[in-house]
Amino acid sequence: MKTLLSKPWIWSFVAALSVWLATIGVTGGASTVGLSQAALTFAAFSVLVGIGQMFVITLGPGNIDLSVPATMTLSGTVALKYMDGANSLILHGLLIAIAVGIAVGVLNYALIKALRIPPIIATLSMSFIVQSAAIWTNRGLRIKPPQVLADFTTQTSFGIPNIALLALLISVIAWVLLHRTPYGRWIAAIGQSLPAARMAGIAVDGNRFVTYLLCAILAAVCGYLLACFSGGAALNMGTEYLLMSIAVVVIGGTAVAGGDSNVPGIWGASLFMFLVVSMLNTYGLGAGVRLIMTGAIIITVILLASGRKAATR
Amino acid sequence: MPSLPAAAVLPAAALPAAVLEVANAAVRFGEVRALDGVSLAILPGECIGLVGHNGAGKSTIVSVINGGLTPHQGEIFSDGTRLAPYGIGVARSRGVRCVFQELSLCPNLSIIENTRIMHRTLGGFGWRTRAAAIIASSLDAIFPGHGIDVSGPVGALSIAQRQMVEIAMAFSDAGQPPRLVILDEPTSSLDAGLAAQLLAHVRRFVASGGAVILISHMLNEILETASRIVVMKDGKIVAERAAGGFDHAGLVEAMGSAVPHQTAARRNLAATEPVLDLALPKGQPFRACKGEVVGLAGLGGHGQTRMLLALFDHHSPQWWPRRDPAVTFVAGDRRENGIFELWSILKNMTVAALGDLSRRGLVQDAAEAARGAEWKSRIEIRTPDMNNLILSLSGGNQQKVLFARALSTRAPVVLMDDPMRGVDVGTKREVYGMIRAEAEAGRTFVWYSTEMEEMQLCDRVYVFREGAIVAELTGEAISEHNILRASFKAEAA
Repeated sequence: MKTLLSKPWIWSFVAALSVWLATIGVTGGASTVGLSQAALTFAAFSVLVGIGQMFVITLGPGNIDLSVPATMTLSGTVALKYMDGANSLILHGLLIAIAVGIAVGVLNYALIKALRIPPIIATLSMSFIVQSAAIWTNRGLRIKPPQVLADFTTQTSFGIPNIALLALLISVIAWVLLHRTPYGRWIAAIGQSLPAARMAGIAVDGNRFVTYLLCAILAAVCGYLLACFSGGAALNMGTEYLLMSIAVVVIGGTAVAGGDSNVPGIWGASLFMFLVVSMLNTYGLGAGVRLIMTGAIIITVILLASGRKAATR
Repeated sequence: MPSLPAAAVLPAAALPAAVLEVANAAVRFGEVRALDGVSLAILPGECIGLVGHNGAGKSTIVSVINGGLTPHQGEIFSDGTRLAPYGIGVARSRGVRCVFQELSLCPNLSIIENTRIMHRTLGGFGWRTRAAAIIASSLDAIFPGHGIDVSGPVGALSIAQRQMVEIAMAFSDAGQPPRLVILDEPTSSLDAGLAAQLLAHVRRFVASGGAVILISHMLNEILETASRIVVMKDGKIVAERAAGGFDHAGLVEAMGSAVPHQTAARRNLAATEPVLDLALPKGQPFRACKGEVVGLAGLGGHGQTRMLLALFDHHSPQWWPRRDPAVTFVAGDRRENGIFELWSILKNMTVAALGDLSRRGLVQDAAEAARGAEWKSRIEIRTPDMNNLILSLSGGNQQKVLFARALSTRAPVVLMDDPMRGVDVGTKREVYGMIRAEAEAGRTFVWYSTEMEEMQLCDRVYVFREGAIVAELTGEAISEHNILRASFKAEAA
């Protein structure tokens, strides 16, 4: 129990669970299954982008990828346009989405490395280029996703949404990558001290490049799935995931200063972020109050979690 | 140490109260005694030349005098009264001014504005005109014909001009005249003409009753300018005489180590095939052979670390990890580029050899733990559990972990950047033995150190001065005397 309490990610689960209980308490348990499934589905999308963002944040102060929303939009638009509703092209569409992610990741790191632009500026300017490309390809069209894929993203297996299962699989892979492979050690080392990592013989550029690439690919795949889930790509579909991808990492107990990350916390935080909004909706609060409450609750959770951490150090 | 050593220099009848006196000051940084009971009195009308190796305690005593550092023990007097508490503000009000090696002007501000920052009393209406007059007159007095526009930004000046402004700033008078000016390597970026102008001004300033502490590695400057020479070593004052009491050779001798040479079995391997070489922009090229321990000597900051980093960057991957690492590095600055603070001892130790400890892309816990246990006993890392945080170790043991990190790789060349900084004697002995044993097994070591004793352990030594290799010593020629002679400008000899 004590070791469990010392885990930085436990607090995001505590928060998610209490909000969940508070919500079904009001509805009297009527919509428990529906609420849980919706929470898992929407959390899954946050988890996908959150994992990518977490790897980037692990790289240390100043590392962040702000091109996540634009990448989601572009990959969703391009893939849907290519598939044009044909079930036979689902795999091709996925590959195209991944190719979009690779392109954005390569360009992101090229800006950071070759032009020596700080990541926050490089990825932000890249996001404008990517978003413009999405607008140019989309031209206001709304193409339906292939039926099979739309069904897959909206249906459940064993009572759990398929999307959540997929996100869980990717989370497990991310956990292995982070904690069991040399790559995970190396990026944690880079995040703690870049000069020390270099002097320890770690291929710093290679590892940072792979990390930005990974983040962009995950964002692209998430965009592809989200477009199919919501029945078509929209130009603003990525917008809320800018804040979301960063918030779930921070609330999940990953060190903002880098070098110390964890995967489970992202799940707790993603569930929490969705449940807070639905709880406030259930209470019938207006949009303004809802936003203020959301902000206040997020700040409270971060304060609690970081206070806990400082005490255990 | 006599309580008032200057009595030997000045006639007792004319003995004025010291501008500043430090009595029995001690400063410790962790286990290192930076100052070990130093007493120094600076009288009006004298120029003290302060000499000693890197780490002898010169900068520390200067920091104590200018109020930047509070000694753990000892007292500070001025004009016969004890100053407590003592700090930078008190020091300035007593007329203590300091010119640092690291330039301290704000490059984005003009010289006039910098003058205003330095002199707090300069405020009020029309301060720009007053500041301009003050700094310009000081510059004119020290460096006639300097050609510096005082209204221009500091950032536009050359490094020598900045140094000139900084010196003029210290000697300038805005209502609170300077009484004791500390010059720490003031001529390092000045050419010979400017240096002569400065030293002439120092003599004039001293003749008019001011006091100066002059720190310089150019021993002839000290010999020509100082009225009293103080030699420091290992945080103590080891010699102190009127200027006439030293000649160049005598001064080098006094700075040297009194510890008897421990002659290791040196081998001459210079003729074998080099495993590492590097052409430097000037001076001799660098090269190291298999199984050789190559020392990099000379004064600190003369290009040794830069060359080590160049060697490392040249052979270390940036994009893709190498199967067989070519070089490995032991950092001296643990905090800055050595340890990973969030990690355990074990993770810190194995980070450079993860490729060897992985199978099918996954780090093998058992192999990692075994590697940790092996090195824990081999290098005697004092901890109950290798999974404890690295910060639970003392500095010396952290340094051992860094050695274990480097030695446990398969890299045939180990680069060491003054790795024994702040390490206790016992640990040093253990590590020296390991280096010898590894070198005999065929490893090459490139070892930069500011400690003379460690150069004695090398097979071959390159001496650096101003970014270039100026001398190569082998075998019996590796001596403190020869290294020092090559480190200082030959013209003084």
